[in-house]
Amino acid sequence: MKADKYRFTVPDAMRLGLISGAGAVLVSLVGMVKVFNERGIIAGVVSLGQIMILLILLIAGYIAARRATGGSRWAGLLQGGLAGLAAGACLAALVLLGSVINLRAMFVSASPELYKILTFDQGVVTGAGILLVVSAAVGVAGALLRQLPSRPRRTVIVASVWMLTLGLLQELLRLTLGGDAIRVFRWMFGTGGQKGLSIVGAVLVFAVVAVVHYQWTARNVNPRAWTRSLPPDRQRAVRWGSLALVALILFSLPNILGVYLSEVANAIGLFVLLGLGLNIVVGFAGLLDLGYVAFFAIGAYVMGVATTTAVGTGSGLIVYSPGFNFWQALPLAVLASVLAGVILGIPVLKMRGDYLAIVTLGFGEIIRILAISDFLKPYIGGSQGIVGVGVGQIGSFAFDEPQSLYYLVLAGCLLAAFVSTRLKDSRIGRAWMAMREDEDVAQAIGIDLVKTKLLAFATGAAFSGLSGAIFASKLGSIYPHSFSLLISINALSLIIVGGMGSIPGVIIGALALAGLPELLREFAEFRLLVYGAALMAMMLLRPEGLWPEETRRRELHDAAEGGESEPASEAAVGTN
Amino acid sequence: MSKRMYLTLSVIVLASIVLAACAPSAPTAAPFVCTDTIGCVDIAPDASVHIAYALTVSGATSFLGEDSKGGIEIAIDDKGGKLLGHTIELTGEDSGCSADGGQSAGTKLAADPTIVGVVGTNCSSASRTASPLVTGAGMVMISPSATNPDLSNPDHPDYHVGYLRTAHNDLFQGRIAAQFAFNELKVKSAATIHDGSPYAESLQNVFADVFKELGGTITAQEAVNVGDVDMKPVLTKISTGSPEIIYFPIFEPEGDFMAAQAKEVSGLEDTILMGADGLFAVSFPGAAGQAAVGMYLSGPYVAGAAYDEFIAKWKAKFGGPPPSGFHAHAYDATNILLAAIEKVAVQDADGTLHVGRQALRDAVYATKDFNGLTGKLTCDVYGDCATGEALGVFKLTEAEVGGAWPPPVFWQP
Amino acid sequence: MRRALERISLIDVFMWIVGGSIIGIVLVGSVATIRSGQYSIRHWSDFLIFGVAQGSVYALIALGYTLVYGILRMINFAHGEVFMSGAYTAFFVADALSKSGFLGQNPLLGLLAVFAVSMATSVTVAVILERVAYRPLRRAPRLVPLITAIGASFFLQYTFRGFYGSGFKSYPEVPVLQGSWVWGGIVSIQRIQVLVIVAAGLLMLALYTYVQRTRAGKAMRAVSEDKDVAALMGINVDAVIVQTFIIGAALAGAAGVLYALMFRQVHFFMGFFPGIKAFTAAVLGGIGNIPGAMLGGLFLGIFESVGPILFLDGLGVPAPYQLKDAIAFTMLVLILIFRPTGILGERLARAKA
Repeated sequence: MKADKYRFTVPDAMRLGLISGAGAVLVSLVGMVKVFNERGIIAGVVSLGQIMILLILLIAGYIAARRATGGSRWAGLLQGGLAGLAAGACLAALVLLGSVINLRAMFVSASPELYKILTFDQGVVTGAGILLVVSAAVGVAGALLRQLPSRPRRTVIVASVWMLTLGLLQELLRLTLGGDAIRVFRWMFGTGGQKGLSIVGAVLVFAVVAVVHYQWTARNVNPRAWTRSLPPDRQRAVRWGSLALVALILFSLPNILGVYLSEVANAIGLFVLLGLGLNIVVGFAGLLDLGYVAFFAIGAYVMGVATTTAVGTGSGLIVYSPGFNFWQALPLAVLASVLAGVILGIPVLKMRGDYLAIVTLGFGEIIRILAISDFLKPYIGGSQGIVGVGVGQIGSFAFDEPQSLYYLVLAGCLLAAFVSTRLKDSRIGRAWMAMREDEDVAQAIGIDLVKTKLLAFATGAAFSGLSGAIFASKLGSIYPHSFSLLISINALSLIIVGGMGSIPGVIIGALALAGLPELLREFAEFRLLVYGAALMAMMLLRPEGLWPEETRRRELHDAAEGGESEPASEAAVGTN
Repeated sequence: MSKRMYLTLSVIVLASIVLAACAPSAPTAAPFVCTDTIGCVDIAPDASVHIAYALTVSGATSFLGEDSKGGIEIAIDDKGGKLLGHTIELTGEDSGCSADGGQSAGTKLAADPTIVGVVGTNCSSASRTASPLVTGAGMVMISPSATNPDLSNPDHPDYHVGYLRTAHNDLFQGRIAAQFAFNELKVKSAATIHDGSPYAESLQNVFADVFKELGGTITAQEAVNVGDVDMKPVLTKISTGSPEIIYFPIFEPEGDFMAAQAKEVSGLEDTILMGADGLFAVSFPGAAGQAAVGMYLSGPYVAGAAYDEFIAKWKAKFGGPPPSGFHAHAYDATNILLAAIEKVAVQDADGTLHVGRQALRDAVYATKDFNGLTGKLTCDVYGDCATGEALGVFKLTEAEVGGAWPPPVFWQP
Repeated sequence: MRRALERISLIDVFMWIVGGSIIGIVLVGSVATIRSGQYSIRHWSDFLIFGVAQGSVYALIALGYTLVYGILRMINFAHGEVFMSGAYTAFFVADALSKSGFLGQNPLLGLLAVFAVSMATSVTVAVILERVAYRPLRRAPRLVPLITAIGASFFLQYTFRGFYGSGFKSYPEVPVLQGSWVWGGIVSIQRIQVLVIVAAGLLMLALYTYVQRTRAGKAMRAVSEDKDVAALMGINVDAVIVQTFIIGAALAGAAGVLYALMFRQVHFFMGFFPGIKAFTAAVLGGIGNIPGAMLGGLFLGIFESVGPILFLDGLGVPAPYQLKDAIAFTMLVLILIFRPTGILGERLARAKA
C-alpha cells in the first residue's frame, strides 16, 4: 500500500542534484571555495570553503528526501543519496574537465588549489571517486536529517547554525570580549594563527546549544500567548517591564559592545534613520524614490559647510563657513533637507511609478555630481571634500567617539521612530496609505494629493538630512564619493527586506543589510555577491519582508492563496 | 527532570570557565613598570608581535592593496617571521579607498590593544579618517601610498602626530612631472584632466601651479567622472586650446580610454600624453594599445640590486609581477616599523616583551638614513619619510604594449 | 475646492518657472558659447557624431528595458549586467581569434563569431534570470521584483568578477575597423562609429518590424496590453515573456560587442552605468515604446556630448564635462515636466499610431 502512495522520482532527485551541483560549481568558479578554504570554522578540521560545498550537498539531500513524501525510509535515503551523487558528479566533472583543458585561461579561480580541495588532494581520478562517494554520503546524511522527528531535527539545525556562526564571528568575539575575557576563553578558539573554534570549543557550543534548545522546545513556551493568559494588570506590568529592560539594554549597549561594535551600531543607526525616512516616502505614501541619498548628502554638506574649521583659499579648504557649532548647524541641515525635499518634490508631483523612480535617481546623481564638481569647489570643496567638520557637545560630553556618538544616533532613531509611529495612525498617515493604494480614488475621496505628497517628501527628507548631518560629524570629513547611488539602493532594499511600511521592519532590515556586511568585512571580496544573492533569495522566499506590517502580510497571503498556481506553489515550496 | 538537567549543565559550564581561567596562571615576578606616557604593549613569552595593515584589498582599487600587502608580507618573511624571538603576526582590515572605509577599519584596529603598529592606508581619503583613530589609540601608523599633502601639513586638521608615510607627497610628484614637461620635453603649454578623485585633483593642481610658475601656460583644467567611457568630447574641447602636453593623473579604466581616444581626436595627434602612478599598472599599456607608445608616466622609481632581489622574492611567492608601484614603499614602511620595535622593546628574563608606545613613535620619527628599497629614508617631524628621490618618469614603448613590464626609467630628477 | 485649484495652479506656475529658467540658462549659455567662436563647424560635427555613436549603444540597451517593461511593467535593473555578461564572455573568443590571426584575415566571419557568442551568453543569462528570479514573482507587488532585480544585478556583477577576475581586459583591435573617413574637412567619422550606428539602426528596424508585422510580435503586443485576456485568446504568456527576454538580451549582447569594439575595454562593472543611462533613455523616449527608446538613446547621447560645451562653456563653468550626467538628468526632468510620459509616450502596443 505504501508503495503505490510513494512516488519514486529518480528524475526529480537527479534534477535537484544537478541544480545543486551547478550551484556548487558556481561557488567554486567564483573563487569562494578557495578563498574560504583558508578560513577555518573549526580550526584544523573543517574550513568555511569545505562547509559551503558540504552545505549545498546536504541541502540537496534534505530537499530530495522531503520531496519523497509518503515513501519508506529507505527510499527517502536513496533519493537523498542520488541527489547528493548527482551534485557531486557536477563537481567531479569540473575537476576532470579542468585536468584536461586549461580552464584558468578564462576562469581565474579554476586553479590547481581548487582541484586539490575538491579532490581531497588525492589526484584527479582517485579524488573524483572519493568526491562522488562523499557527496552521496552527505546527500544521505541530508535525507537522514530530514527524516528525524521535527523536534530533534530543529535542535540539530539550530545547534549547527550556532556553531557555524560562532566560528565565523570568532574574531569579533575576541575584539568584543577584550583582552582579559578572551584569555579565559582561549581554549575555545583555534591557536597559533588558526581561525575558528577549537574542536573542544565546537563540541561544547554544539552540546550546550543543543541541550538548551531541546529543553526549551520541550516546555513549548510562547511568550505572546503566555502574556495574554495573564490578568490585565499583570500584562501591563510585563509590558512596562520589558520596555524598561529594552531601554536599559539600549542605554548600556555601547559598554556591552565595546568600541568597534559600537561603531557598527552607529553605522546601522544611521541606516535606520535613512530607512525610517524612506519608509515614509515609499512604505507609507508609495512614492518610489531612488535618489534618497540626495537629502542625506544635503544634510551632510550643510553640516560640513556650517561647522568646518578648514576655511581659506588653499587646497582642501573652502572659502566661507559661518563657523556654527554642531547644535546650531543641525536644525539648519534638517531644514535645508526639508526645503530640498519640497523643491525636488514639486516637479515630480504628476509623475507616477517608474518615471518618478528614474527622475529621483537623477536628482540623487545631480546632487552628487554638483558636490564633486570643480564648479562648486570653492564653496563645498569639490573632490577634496570638507574636512574639520564640527562635533556635537553637551557640556563636557562630546559625541566624538563611537561609544558616545551612539547616544546621539540613538536619540535620532528614537525621535524618528516616535514621529513615524505617531504619523502612521494620524490623519496624514491614513491619507498617505490611501494614496499608496490608489491615487485616483484617494483624490476622489477628498485627499489633497499635492499637500500629501509634498509632506511625505519633506518628512522623509528631514530624517535623511538628520542622518546625513550626524554622518558628517561622525566622519569629521565629507567626500562626495560617500553619496553614491548605492546608499539609495541600500536604503530601499533595507525597508523592503524588513517589511515595507513596518517600523520594526526597518530596524531589522538595517541590522541585516547594514550590520551583516560590516561584520563580514573579513570576506570583503564576496560581500556584494552574497548581498545580491541574499536580496534575491529574500524576495523569492519571503516577499513580505522579515517583520511585515500586519495588513500587508495578510494582503500578500491572500494574493498567494487566491492567485494563480505559479506564485502560490513557489511560495509553498519556499516556506516549508 | 529538566531542572536537574539545567543544574548539571550550569555546573559544567561554570566549572569549565573556572578551570580555564585558572589554567594559564599569570607569570609571577614581572619587574617591568610601564613609564611610557601613552602606554605599553606587553607581549607574553608565547604571544606574537602583532602588527596590522589597513589597505584597500577589495573593490576596484584592490590592486593597490594587494601590492602593498605583498610588500609587507615579504618584509616579514625577510625577518624569518620572527622578531626578538617572537613570531610576527600580521592581521588586516579592508579600509577601501574611502573615508567611511577608513573609519570602520581604523575603529576596528584601534580597538585591539595588542596591535603595536599599523601599515596603511592606501588612499588619502581613508587615511584622513583612520589616522586620528589609530594614532589616538597610541599606535604608530605608516602609510605606503597616501600622497595627499594635507596629511603632513601641521596647519591642516588632517595632520596627526603618529602618522607617517613612506609614500612621496603629491607636492613632489606634481613638481617633478611639471619640471620634466617644461625643462626636458621643452613644452610651453599644457592641459590637465582629473577624474574627481581627491588624489588626481590634487596632483594635477600641483602640476598646473608648478608649470605656470616655470613660465608655461595651462590651456585647460578639465575633469571627467569615474565611469565615463567616451572621452572624445572632453578631448575635443581640450584640442581647441592646442596644448603640447596633456597631463591626466587618473586611474584605470578611465585613463585607458583617455589615452586610446586622444589620438583619435583631430588636433591632438601630436600632443604628448602623460599620466601618473594611477596608470602605472601592468594592464594599462595593453588596454590603451598603440596610443600608449610614446606616452610618459610619472611614478615611483625603485632600482638597484636590493630591488631586483625583492622582485625575485615576489615572483617566487606570488607569481607574476607586482600589480602596482607601491610594494617597495610598503616593504620599507614595514621594515622601519619592525626596526623601531626592535630598538625600543624591553625584554624580561622570561622572554616577555614590553614596547612603549611613545618610545616607538619617537624611534620611528627618528629614522635617519634608513637604507630602504626606495632610497635613503629620513623621516621629518611631520611624518614625511620620502623625499621624492624615488620618483621617475617612464616612457612607454612597443615593448610595454606587447606585455613587458615594468618599463625602464626614462628620466630622474 | 477653490483653494485646491489655486494651489495647483501655483504649483504649475512654479513648474513653468523651473522649466523656463532651465531653458533660459541653456539659451544664454548656447548663445555665449557660439558667439565666443572657439569652436568651428568641424568641432560641432565631431561632438554630434560622438553623441550619435554613444547614443546608438544606449538605444540598443534601452530596447531591452523597454521591451521587458512593456510586457511585465517591471524595471529589469539587471539588464546592464546582461549586457556586460555577453561582451565580457565574448572577449575570450575575440582574444583567441585575434591571437591566431583569424580576425585579421576573416574579419566578417570572426566578428560574427564574437557577436554570436556574446548574444548567446546574454540570452542564457537573461533566460535563467527570468526563470529563477522573475517568474515566481510575477504577481507580487511592484517593488518586490525591482529589489530582486537589484539583487540580481549585484549578484551577476560579482559572479562575473569571480569568474574572470577584477582586472580590465582589452578587446583586440580589428584592422578593418581602424581609421576614419573625412568629407570636405568638416565631417570626420571613424569606421567603428559607422559600424555602431549602422548596426544599431538595422537591429532596431528589425525589431520594430518584428513587433509590428509578425504574428509573434502581435502576441507580444497582446500580452503587453493584457496578460489575462491574451491567455484567454490562446497565447502562451510564459513563452511570450521568455521570448521578450531573449530578444532584449540578444540586443544587449550585440550592443555589448559594439561597445567593446568602440571602447576596447571590458570589465565586470561595465554594465552598471550604461544600464542606468539606457534606462534613462527608455524613460526619456517613453518607456515601453520602441521608437521612443531609439529616440531617447540618441537624445541622451547627444545631450551628453554636445550639452556641456554648448550650454555651460559659454557661461564660464570650469570643467563642464564633469557635469554631463547632471545635464542629461536635468534634460530628462525638463522633458518630463512638459511631457510626463516621455517624448513619444509610453506603451508598446500603442506605439503603432
